[in-house]
Amino acid sequence: MTSTATHSDKNFFSADGKGTSVFRLFRNRFLTGLCVALSLLTLVPLFSIVILVIQNGCPLLSANLFTQLPPAPGMDGGGFGNAILGTLVMVGISLVFSVPLGILAAIFVNEYAPVSWLASAVRFVAKLLTGIPSIICGVFAFAAVVMTTHKFSALAGGIALAILILPTILLTAEQALLGVPYAFREASFGVGATPFQTIWRIVLPEAMPAIMTGVMLAVARAAGETAPVLFTALFSQNWIKGIMEPTASLSVLIYNFASLPYAYHIKLAWSASLVLVALVTLSNILAQVIFAPKHR
Amino acid sequence: MTTEASQHPLELTNDFAPGESNFIKVDNFKFFYGKKEALHGINLEIPSRKVTAFIGPSGCGKSTLLRNFNRMNELIPGVHHEGDITIHGTSIYDPSVEIIALRRRIGMVFQKSNPFPMSIFENIVYPLRIAGQNTRSVLEETVERCLRSAALWDEVKDRLHDSALGLSGGQMQRLCIARAVASRPEILLMDEPCSALDPIATAKVEELIIELKKDFTIVIVTHNMQQASRVSELTAFFYLGNLVEFDNTRKIFTNPSMKQTEEYITGRFG
Repeated sequence: MTSTATHSDKNFFSADGKGTSVFRLFRNRFLTGLCVALSLLTLVPLFSIVILVIQNGCPLLSANLFTQLPPAPGMDGGGFGNAILGTLVMVGISLVFSVPLGILAAIFVNEYAPVSWLASAVRFVAKLLTGIPSIICGVFAFAAVVMTTHKFSALAGGIALAILILPTILLTAEQALLGVPYAFREASFGVGATPFQTIWRIVLPEAMPAIMTGVMLAVARAAGETAPVLFTALFSQNWIKGIMEPTASLSVLIYNFASLPYAYHIKLAWSASLVLVALVTLSNILAQVIFAPKHR
Repeated sequence: MTTEASQHPLELTNDFAPGESNFIKVDNFKFFYGKKEALHGINLEIPSRKVTAFIGPSGCGKSTLLRNFNRMNELIPGVHHEGDITIHGTSIYDPSVEIIALRRRIGMVFQKSNPFPMSIFENIVYPLRIAGQNTRSVLEETVERCLRSAALWDEVKDRLHDSALGLSGGQMQRLCIARAVASRPEILLMDEPCSALDPIATAKVEELIIELKKDFTIVIVTHNMQQASRVSELTAFFYLGNLVEFDNTRKIFTNPSMKQTEEYITGRFG
């Protein structure tokens, strides 16, 4: 190679000393182009969904959608205020159960006993649960809550969603805690802080933005799921009166109305899709603004 | 500072004599990481209000011993010890000793500066806040006292409420020293405090160490032998988990008794 380089200077910088072949140059450009093209291709489904939902959802968009009840079959007018409220209530209930449980479990697993058998068991089960089909959460909540209370209810729907999102919250919170440098804990212990003070004052505030990202992912998932609420909260044509009543949700409304033979109800289902996507996006943006790290 | 701390047997402030020769006493101390014995029976008496340097090649056990003085090593799972360490006559392993109170009496400065992601002010008052002290005037007085003793006051007095992460590397390390003295400890442990600093910042921290020994008993681990000879009065040389030699710094660096010490300080190994 060196001998080639000495008597042929123009090839000095080529790897094999023979100069760059046209074929290699072509192959390089072709593969780069392929990667760019395939990356663009992955955006196509995403954007087609958004465009489709906006196109079909916009015509009915008005304040009425948020304040009025769904029309009777075959009738026009009205909205789905009860379904929006129902979704918010059930997502709220699921967060009440899953956020404290998930974060506290993550704190135990990562801060108090990272090498214990209990921590390994919790991690293992949480990873298994992330793969569980959402309908199974619904079946479980049906058996555990609906059968025992003899009622379809927002509480049952919320519990089904809580089971669904608990592993996501736990695992993302654990990753968030892992991301806090050990030096912070050392500094805190070094001046005489207790483990509780160290976690509460130093570790949790530092991990909070990442924990909240996980919670928002979970909210997006919970708001959009149909299967867990389908036969736990059922559906309702009326406003929610209490958490022990059958409750409407956006996802079940979309599912029900899209399969009805009435044009207006199908349009309502499209609008509900748009509102659902907008709600999830909005809450994501809000969380990122509120929980952005401050001291950087 | 708090009633809880003053009732404690390890409250040392009023009754220890400067220059006392066995302020920290290490008695046949062995330390194990799992099955691996990292310290093989160390005996050592560290005097108060002096700077004692621990030197030796990497893995010789000097940091391990230092981190036992405030029981920081116990954060690592699977460690245990034999023998005893006493501070002013009280065993730090006595069941009546609370680790929390012990660590408040012993400040620690780490190799890499580790300010919290908070303001300069909040960093320094953190040891007070966790002890339940939230009185504004006390906190402000502490911040000024600590920043002055860490020679940082003039540089940061106008931006006490800015993030500590905006300081330079040397300033951050001096901030950590200020934080370490906020709970009015008697002892300052320094684990290679200058190894991540440039020569100018190092010189400032060294000046500070010499200044601080009026008020504190300082134990410093260092890889830099010039630093040991500049700042310390006593030097302990460790090798493979043993204390090879412990004497006046001048004697260690000019006329060591042991061949191993001589070979190490002249750079023949390590």
